[in-house]
Amino acid sequence: MKLIFECGSDGQHLSLIPPCDVPEVMLKETREQPLELPQVCENELTRHYTALSKRVYGINDGFYPLGSCTMKYNPKINDDMAALPGFTAVHPLQPEATVQGCLEVLCKAEKYLCEITGMDAMTMQPAAGAHGEFTGMMLIKAYLRDRGDTGRTKIIIPDSAHGTNPASAVMAGFSVINVCSGPDGGVDLESLKAAVGPDTAGLMLTNPNTLGLFDRNILEITRIVHEAGGLCYYDGANLNAISGIVRPGDMGFDIVHLNLHKTFSTPHGGGGPGSGPVGCKEHLVCFLPGPITAEADGLYKQVMPAKSIGRVKAFNGNFLVVVRALTYILTLGRDGLPDASRHAVLHANYMMSRLKGTYDMPYDTFCMHEFVMSLDRLHRETGVSALDITKGLLDYGLHPPTMYFPTIVHEALLVEPTETESKAAIDEAVEVFLKLYETAKTDPGKLHNAPVTTPVRRLDEVGAARNPILKYEK
Amino acid sequence: MNFPDGLKYSKTHEWVKMLDTYSCLIGITDFAQSELGDVVFINLPKIGDEVVKNEVLCDVESVKAVSDVISPVSGTISEVNEGLVDAPEKLNEDPFGSWIAKVEKITASLDLMDAARYEEFIKSEEA
Amino acid sequence: MGTYVPTTPAEQDQMLAEIGISSVDELYANVPAGMTICDRLSLPEGISELAVRAAVTSMADKNKVFRTILRGAGAYNHFIPSVVRSITSREEFMTAYTPYQAEISQGILQAIFEYQTMICMLTGMDASNASVYDGATAAAEAVTMCRDRKRVKAFISSCSNPEVIQTVQTYCFGSDTELVIVPAKNGRTDAGALESMLGDDAACFYLQQPNYFGQMEDASGISAIVHAAGAKFIMGVNPIACAVMRTPFEYGADIAVGEGQPLGLSMSFGGPYLGFMTCVKSMIRRLPGRIAGQTTDADGARGFVLTLTAREQHIRREKASSNICSNQALCAFTAGVYMTAMGEKGMRQAALLCVSKAHYLAGCIRKELGWKLKYDGEFFHEFVTECPCPEKVLQVLEDNGILGGLPVDGGILWCVTEVVTKAELDRAVDIIKGGVLI
Repeated sequence: MKLIFECGSDGQHLSLIPPCDVPEVMLKETREQPLELPQVCENELTRHYTALSKRVYGINDGFYPLGSCTMKYNPKINDDMAALPGFTAVHPLQPEATVQGCLEVLCKAEKYLCEITGMDAMTMQPAAGAHGEFTGMMLIKAYLRDRGDTGRTKIIIPDSAHGTNPASAVMAGFSVINVCSGPDGGVDLESLKAAVGPDTAGLMLTNPNTLGLFDRNILEITRIVHEAGGLCYYDGANLNAISGIVRPGDMGFDIVHLNLHKTFSTPHGGGGPGSGPVGCKEHLVCFLPGPITAEADGLYKQVMPAKSIGRVKAFNGNFLVVVRALTYILTLGRDGLPDASRHAVLHANYMMSRLKGTYDMPYDTFCMHEFVMSLDRLHRETGVSALDITKGLLDYGLHPPTMYFPTIVHEALLVEPTETESKAAIDEAVEVFLKLYETAKTDPGKLHNAPVTTPVRRLDEVGAARNPILKYEK
Repeated sequence: MNFPDGLKYSKTHEWVKMLDTYSCLIGITDFAQSELGDVVFINLPKIGDEVVKNEVLCDVESVKAVSDVISPVSGTISEVNEGLVDAPEKLNEDPFGSWIAKVEKITASLDLMDAARYEEFIKSEEA
Repeated sequence: MGTYVPTTPAEQDQMLAEIGISSVDELYANVPAGMTICDRLSLPEGISELAVRAAVTSMADKNKVFRTILRGAGAYNHFIPSVVRSITSREEFMTAYTPYQAEISQGILQAIFEYQTMICMLTGMDASNASVYDGATAAAEAVTMCRDRKRVKAFISSCSNPEVIQTVQTYCFGSDTELVIVPAKNGRTDAGALESMLGDDAACFYLQQPNYFGQMEDASGISAIVHAAGAKFIMGVNPIACAVMRTPFEYGADIAVGEGQPLGLSMSFGGPYLGFMTCVKSMIRRLPGRIAGQTTDADGARGFVLTLTAREQHIRREKASSNICSNQALCAFTAGVYMTAMGEKGMRQAALLCVSKAHYLAGCIRKELGWKLKYDGEFFHEFVTECPCPEKVLQVLEDNGILGGLPVDGGILWCVTEVVTKAELDRAVDIIKGGVLI
């Protein structure tokens, strides 16, 4: 397929901008480097992007069981609401009286998300989960500094955590202590007790964890950290198992981030934009990044928290993403949210149950919204790896699950069907997984060679990294 | 798997070639490169940097992982093998011929093994 | 209640039977007693799509949409071609995940590669990443790129957008980097002050071009000063201006970042926006975030992958230089479509109209209202005028459907883009004259 730069011909263009209706003025110094953007007509342009769209796999194309990503259906009403001119044509620096609707969106979203998470206030400013994690770590830093507690420099993180957790802690100036997971997949309590001390700033945890398991010792875990003088931060990536059923605030967490693009159905867009609101309990509210929205007598305004850590980005966060999430919450409501979570957990256990006779499940217990399989034994016996299985899935038109995460499981495949998949879709996927297992045993070469039906075959990632070509050059 | 004589080896799979009492060359072993897979980049240390035995000298990237090269000695970096920046694959193709850094003014060293002991060490680790 | 769950009660029973349990409650056995809040959640009841539409639309209706917008200050009302909206709302692009499975994601990867190429064309720089959250966080990440063992102090011009400065300050608080704000003189960076402030612990200097007040800075002179001190030169640039102004590459920037919202994204009360990051060849491996690269597949065909991934947090974890995971993919895609639709001709034309119309308005304000420009340097499409009574002026404009400039420094920061007609500009000035000067 051609790159857009290989399409069109000199002189082709669209007629978009009118001539100048005032005397022309130009800068004194202008660029000498040529600006060689594509020269295409509108017809060619649209054909190019249509061709690209056929080389993309969206949720509308099929099953998307990516563990830790919650690829649930993206409702179209959300997109319609996010396209309303009353939202899109509004300048972020308009006077408050002229944006009461926008402030109402932010305020309502905050209110409902606080209720869902058990927090006292929430900022919608962070643009993604990792951004929220950084914000949360900064809240801890500001809180400790404010109390003169400068000796607390360590954040405790389980070895099963997503890479953004330790990276975020370090960005906020902390160092990381890893604690290991016990044989049951939960945090090893002895390891945790040994890790806490007077230098403990806090703990970062997700529950259910990245293995898809709810840590039954959660209250003990947060108690241990609090007793040592640290704060507890909840990574909300796995909220889909418990949204509307259990609240991180009730588990003992002081700070929470959410991934609206996971739990709250906003689209992934091929890698963004997402939204990572951060909520906290009362003792941390004054440190939140600002401004946050406040309501009094039906009027909304923006206020800067008294000891705010400042801004983590310009303006108001990914506002249209918040519109989508709010629309979703209004649609599902009080009963729809827990119902969605319960089905997410049901579907995952159903799929796991159908696969566990064939695939190895490292944790022989019910899962929550996702489960992890290990292809370690299959790899040793047949040479077929988790990677090979995922490439085999591509030839069946299925998006593979998450591979090689969490890193504490060898040859891991992390599977999350979500609540919006039908039983038929799950059954179909199960059949494909079983077939692939057979193929691994009888014809492993086929899987080493896969995929063969996709627009491109396996790509040379080593070459791409050794000799990076990061843009087109004539 | 190669284990050339005349070199010293660390438990973290680096090799050391003593040039004289206070200077040496450091690289990674055949075992190390096979564990790493295809090397795509090496983040070389800077000339003049102080290194401390058992601490990170630099890191090496493959497509899906980063590995630390641990310094077997304490001293000062006097030269680095710039050629590896454009040809990181040399670490896979010729690990013992591709030195990473030259360290001078050596003040301390880890307990290092000779070729035979290193080979045994690897066998016992794999068991 | 609204629902997207397809499973019928009968299917639910089949699933329970397969698992070997009688109720979903059993799957929540690990949750400590008393922690579940099923019937205590204080949220409104779920409603039908028709009712949701009415509820959310009523919120949108409470906002005032101005017919004429003369305010910029970091968010700009530019023309968005119809093809941009139509292409970027395609389901495939909207609902796809990050392209980790490259074989089935060539559309996304190629689109990012094309975006990276076009941003490099615009800025003249050697390489671009796949984007970060916005221009402000791009500035903060750029500062991180420049930090070194000895060079630990960052400098930023006071003529930068205040929200950018605040964001960089927050990130610097995180990394315990000292951030020094370099003062201004007559609406532009005080180059003399800058020179005296830069020592051999200076990591970088960030300059906005055009700056927050719309003024064109002496970026060449400043570039020389910064490099003489051994520091890196970061420019935060307006992408529309880049179509005509000397490029950051020509100015000698080591890193060029900026807010990509003008490239086809609606103002949307502040987001989602687009942070672009480009740099010179020697700094490529310091770029944070995702990057798409070209390669070949098993048959030798051209293809694209996410590359240089060993920089990123999912591999480096606590040793990563940035925690960033996602990019603003759909927004970067939008910018790519916009730049393709506009082409060089369209972008130069849009820039020409911006500069011309802004100068026209400045001239009208001076002639008809008698308000002088606060800063007399060359400007792009924003300028600050004195104003005897900013509140009154903005109110009378607002009453007539016009969003006036932003009150700044006792005056008003005006902005004119290509969408504002001469007639609208004349009308705005007349309204002020009639409503305020009598």
